[in-house]
Amino acid sequence: MSTLNKHTLSVLVENKPGVLARVSGLFSRRSFNIDSLAVGETENPDVSRITIVVNADSSPLEQVTKQLNKLVNVLKIVELDPQQSVQRELLLVKVRADRTVRGQVLETVELFRAKVIDVAPDTLTIEATGNPDKLDALLRDLEPYGIKEMVQSGLVAIGRGSRSITTGPALRAA
Amino acid sequence: MTRPTPETLAHRATPATVAAAAGAPAVVTVSPTPVSGAGSLVRSLEALGVEVAFGIPGGAILPAYDPLYDSKVRHILVRHEQGAGHAATGYAQATGKVGVCIATSGPGATNLVTPIADAYMDSVPIVAITGQVARPAIGTDAFQEADIQGITLPITKHNFLIQTPEEIPRIMAEAFHLALTGRPGPVLVDVPKDVLQAATTFAWPPTLDLPGYRPTLHPHGKQIREAARLIAAAKRPVLYVGGGVLKAGATDGLRKLAELTGIPVVTTLMALGAFPDSHPQHLGMPGMHGTVPAVYALQKADLLVTLGARFDDRVTGKLDSFAPEAKVVHADIDPAEIGKNRHADVPIVGDARHVIDELIAAVSGTAGGAAAYEPWWAQLNDLRKRYPLGYDEPTDGTLAPQYVIERIGELVGPDAVYVAGVGQHQMWASQFIRYEKPGTWLNSGGAGTMGYAVPAAMGAKVGRPDTPVWAIDGDGCFQMTNQELATCALEGIPVKIAVINNGNLGMVRQWQTLFYEGRYSNTELGTHKHRIPDFVKLAEALGCVGLRCESKADVDATIKAAMEINDRPVVIDFTVGKDAMVWPMVAAGTSNDEIMFARDVRPAFDEDDL
Repeated sequence: MSTLNKHTLSVLVENKPGVLARVSGLFSRRSFNIDSLAVGETENPDVSRITIVVNADSSPLEQVTKQLNKLVNVLKIVELDPQQSVQRELLLVKVRADRTVRGQVLETVELFRAKVIDVAPDTLTIEATGNPDKLDALLRDLEPYGIKEMVQSGLVAIGRGSRSITTGPALRAA
Repeated sequence: MTRPTPETLAHRATPATVAAAAGAPAVVTVSPTPVSGAGSLVRSLEALGVEVAFGIPGGAILPAYDPLYDSKVRHILVRHEQGAGHAATGYAQATGKVGVCIATSGPGATNLVTPIADAYMDSVPIVAITGQVARPAIGTDAFQEADIQGITLPITKHNFLIQTPEEIPRIMAEAFHLALTGRPGPVLVDVPKDVLQAATTFAWPPTLDLPGYRPTLHPHGKQIREAARLIAAAKRPVLYVGGGVLKAGATDGLRKLAELTGIPVVTTLMALGAFPDSHPQHLGMPGMHGTVPAVYALQKADLLVTLGARFDDRVTGKLDSFAPEAKVVHADIDPAEIGKNRHADVPIVGDARHVIDELIAAVSGTAGGAAAYEPWWAQLNDLRKRYPLGYDEPTDGTLAPQYVIERIGELVGPDAVYVAGVGQHQMWASQFIRYEKPGTWLNSGGAGTMGYAVPAAMGAKVGRPDTPVWAIDGDGCFQMTNQELATCALEGIPVKIAVINNGNLGMVRQWQTLFYEGRYSNTELGTHKHRIPDFVKLAEALGCVGLRCESKADVDATIKAAMEINDRPVVIDFTVGKDAMVWPMVAAGTSNDEIMFARDVRPAFDEDDL
């Protein structure tokens, strides 16, 4: 999977039932695989923000973006440049950690500024946030101990600087 | 049989209070009045200026039919919901107003899916109202439940599931606004039965709440100037005109622009009538069955001025060899169309009327009329002379379908509305009837829906009762939706249906002739060999006059006889030969350069290259 064509779209939508289905339908129709998707309310409870990470060439992506813009419930679309934005995922991972290796696992947790959120006799459950690269590195370090279970959130992202998405320019190419 | 008289019809059909539906702000004001949800729905339709709705009642939508019973909205009871949908489309295309269709939940709603998809492809403003099971039953696989909102997500401009009776007026107003403005299209409103039954209040006008909907009507001045610059520099420009020009009501402007600049015009299947066929600058229709000069003009152009068209595959042929030397100015109201199939050198987002008006102003200083493009015109005129539209008389003594269609066009004239089904007869109707005025040609262009013609003609006739409406249908298409002739007979909708009966699924048969070595798998319908059905008897059974014509000598007399009958629908079985083919033709997936003028005849225009 090439990361060259990874795009992060922030889509502001009306907070109404069915909007997510309309948005995701446009991607599936064109056989785009959505890498990650996160939805939540914004500072305005009538508006939700969908962050979509998708692998696509820029020209089909432009077409999908235009189609997204046509959806009546879509208010605004912005593509977030990784250099100009902060991107975070949340990871919960359950690692095998009996007494013999627990100290080493805790050291890794410390190193990545992650947190232990649950303890069992032979496992630790760890919470970490960060950009995808950091979480990948953490997982690589934990893997030798044995990962019993993991779950990741979709990526959320916000632009750097004082400008907000509602005042900045939209992706509305024509 | 009791047939409605003009008096009873006049009583039922109210005068056109259609200002609102035509896009003008709602003028009706109603202070809050207690009503049922169903009452609110019907009052909303009235306030929106709806004069007619096509539909069939059923369990979930039943509450709405009670207030409809004494509403000034005329309801036309169709025989199949598909008929209601296409009738709404025909009505909308013939009048420019929003067409309305109504169905119940489940199968009633799913029967609307084809006409909704059809209207979506051709950007026709219709509003479909469907009943839904009561709110507590939604999602339980209740009797006659279907997730019609989910089903129609990709084939509507927008759709709604009404959640509370209070929002009915607002959502109805939004539905009509969305259907008609911007790039028009179908909107579906799904209404649960208990919402229709609940008590509520009705007030008008409501406030629209569509924060994400902002169609761009006015083009960017910089782009217009850039387009004007390209037009001034071009040696071989073409105005490539699509259905958007008709929808925007921009035909007068188009003519002005064409005459001012002297640029050749081609009109797509969806744009026939946007520019008079008789105009000397009109090269005809481009595309798979377009004229040789129109196809050639696009292929050899150095500039395409594309107005409300979308580079459909039936126009471009093989995309990467389409108009290889042309720069492209692409104006469309839908930004998603621009650059979708073909890169636009000058993208213009805007309503065709505004775009054309501003282009006229921008080129006024530089435009030189036809004289400016003399070598270009010389080539095109030469092609027009050498490769006119035409057809061969059948050698087996059968009736030529093209002749029948040509004569209908001649005798009925350019003021009538012609409605085609899909297939060979549709292409011949596009080629051999001359369209001089907007709104005189209706067909299913994008979706290619067989069975469109009869119900769409019904809708068109309801919308324009004083205009003759002729459906040109095929024997295959006709058998898909002819049940609506019963509706036409009972409701006093005297359409004419010319069935171009070649006994076969003609266009499919043509492809089998050309590409499948004449192996005619499942294309013979038996309407010749067995005369099943007998279209004359069928017409009579449906309350229509049935006529049959089998020879060239009888064609004119039969058409004239049909023209004389105005108290009933007329069906004419034109029994024609099965071997006629549609030419010219660009085979699917090949380059427009491979256009065939007739079988094994390629036009000679490669040699006289520019």
